[in-house]
Amino acid sequence: MSDAPILSASGVTKRFGARVALHEVSFEVRSGELVALIGPNGACKTTLLSVLAGVQAASAGSVGGQGGKVGWVPQQPAVYTKLTVAENLALWAHLERVADTQDTVRRMLEQTGLTKRADEQVGRLSGGNRQRVNIAVGMLSRPAALLLDEPSAALDPIQRGRLWEFVRGLSANGTSVVFSTHNVAEAERYAGRVLVLDEGRLLLDGSPQTLLREVTGRSEAADGVDFEEAFVAFLRRSRV
Amino acid sequence: MTEIARMRWLLHKDFLILRRSRVLVAVLVVYPVAIALLIGLALSRSPGKPKVAIVNLAPPGATVELGGSKVEVGRYYSQLFSEVQPLKVKTRAEAIEKVRSGEALAAVVIPANIAAKLSSVLSQGQLEVIYNGDALQQSLAQSKIQAAVAQANLEISLQIRKLASRGISLLLQGGDLSQLGINQKRLLGLEQLPKVLSRVIARVPTARDKQELQRIKELADFAASNLNLSRNVLATIGQPVQVRSVLVHGRRTPLDTFAVVVAVSISLMFVCVLLAAGGIALEREDNTLPRLLRGPPGSGGSGGAGGSLISREGLVAEKLLLAGACSLVLAFAMLAGIGAFVTLDWSRIGLWLLALVAGALAFGALGVAIGALAREVRAASLLAFLLSLPLAFLALVPAGAVAPGVYDVIRAVSVVFPFKAALQALDAAVNGAEPAIAGSLAHLLALTLLFGILARIGLRRT
Repeated sequence: MSDAPILSASGVTKRFGARVALHEVSFEVRSGELVALIGPNGACKTTLLSVLAGVQAASAGSVGGQGGKVGWVPQQPAVYTKLTVAENLALWAHLERVADTQDTVRRMLEQTGLTKRADEQVGRLSGGNRQRVNIAVGMLSRPAALLLDEPSAALDPIQRGRLWEFVRGLSANGTSVVFSTHNVAEAERYAGRVLVLDEGRLLLDGSPQTLLREVTGRSEAADGVDFEEAFVAFLRRSRV
Repeated sequence: MTEIARMRWLLHKDFLILRRSRVLVAVLVVYPVAIALLIGLALSRSPGKPKVAIVNLAPPGATVELGGSKVEVGRYYSQLFSEVQPLKVKTRAEAIEKVRSGEALAAVVIPANIAAKLSSVLSQGQLEVIYNGDALQQSLAQSKIQAAVAQANLEISLQIRKLASRGISLLLQGGDLSQLGINQKRLLGLEQLPKVLSRVIARVPTARDKQELQRIKELADFAASNLNLSRNVLATIGQPVQVRSVLVHGRRTPLDTFAVVVAVSISLMFVCVLLAAGGIALEREDNTLPRLLRGPPGSGGSGGAGGSLISREGLVAEKLLLAGACSLVLAFAMLAGIGAFVTLDWSRIGLWLLALVAGALAFGALGVAIGALAREVRAASLLAFLLSLPLAFLALVPAGAVAPGVYDVIRAVSVVFPFKAALQALDAAVNGAEPAIAGSLAHLLALTLLFGILARIGLRRT
């Protein structure tokens, strides 16, 4: 991992009229980092990822980094349901101006395990397979950073296992991954770092162990403490 | 260049999706063509003749006697029957039953004494009309029967005028009175009377007799000249108002070719608006808009193409191109197909295409604006349909058909909706009708720009 941030948010604020959704959120993501964005419903996790992805503009603050492209995988699959898996990948590859379209499509089909489903219309696939196509499209341009919004929400346990295996592989190969999730156990298990967001405020930026330490007050590793309970306790304490 | 290449890929994708949505394409083509043809037929054909039960109680061969001449009552009936589909029945009760059962829309009872009444000249003949059906059907039957009665009355009045005119001619010029049914020898005419009197005056010895005869001669002169005028007066009374048609504004378009223009314009509108609205709404439904339009991190999507896969303007143009191309092909095929049955001036084909392209652009921009507002294809299609159809009908409302204030509102609505401008452009292109095509084309281009801007604003809601 190099020290130069691939993606950085500095004082990012997002307003919707009079309502402030994000309050001066700042953090950095370095190469190969796997970062979990966790928080209760309405914490504005999706809004933060949308601002990072360039879908929504920040009202104040800035988003930057030294990396190349930023891949984005929204929670709802953003692919054409009337096109086949291969046609979707080829179209998005053309739109992304990927150099070798055919080779890229073949590679992404292999990586996502969709080679046998290449000629099926996306609309006829299961939710899990659609999500795999969605992720494949986000990965087409070999982005330096990948933003995943609730990637495992529609998946069964087996599909979830495959997904995290894939995501960890990306991270191991140097791609920075930021994912949001409701499932805090996933964050503890897979992420090297967690960002705790509540009501648009970044409450914690550190490893899962850091959050446990914050709650238990112990300086050593807090083995045996349930991470989800610790997360809930942390949120309650922060709101007081 | 990159933007155009990306537009090309999106177009390719949309045509692929269209090819896979055969039912949608079939509905998109068949439905507007069917609607357009129905409207075209309704406009070009007058309403059919209503079925009317006729009870003729007058004795067969009854005639009206006027001044010794006979006019057959049968001629009156035949005039009446020509305007309706007659169902001949024998009794009034039978006629009422036909009307009640709905077999006939109305019944006309011709009374037995009609010939006597007409012959008397002092009282009018009376027909009894029995109606049924809803207000619209009653109105149709009533107007048809009234028109037929007016035409038949005119026919009778013409007969009477002819007879009266013949009598006046006999009075003026003299002749055989037997043609008026009067058994008398040859009659001296008023016009000859002054000459006869002049000769008599010359032979009369006394001045007093001469003076009296001279006064009679002057009376005969005056009577002859005034009676001559009465023939014109009779003609004027028989038909006081005549119609002479003068078209003040523009070239007259035959009804059938105007119906063609209406049918093609409606098809162009439906296909274009529905495709454009559906195309952009499908991007939203498939959740692909944010992915297409997102810009560099933190930017919130592109103002131009910088950083995004395609700019909003590029996306609007792509959908406009898709809808425009499809509707143009359909509308031109329709125009050419109908051209096989209705005489069209093929030397104006360049103008046809120009009008169709301008219309397609304006309708496409409207469709994209509608699609940008809706969140899903069904909502977009419904919105496009609900907006297009009534506004198209409003544009067809002629001046004078509604109150002036209402017509002003209709005109204002028609100005901001492309249908009327497209209709006028196509009418000018196909039929050379006024207003000139240039104004309509400029109007359509302005609407394209307006709806294009609205569509771009609508796309900000990714």
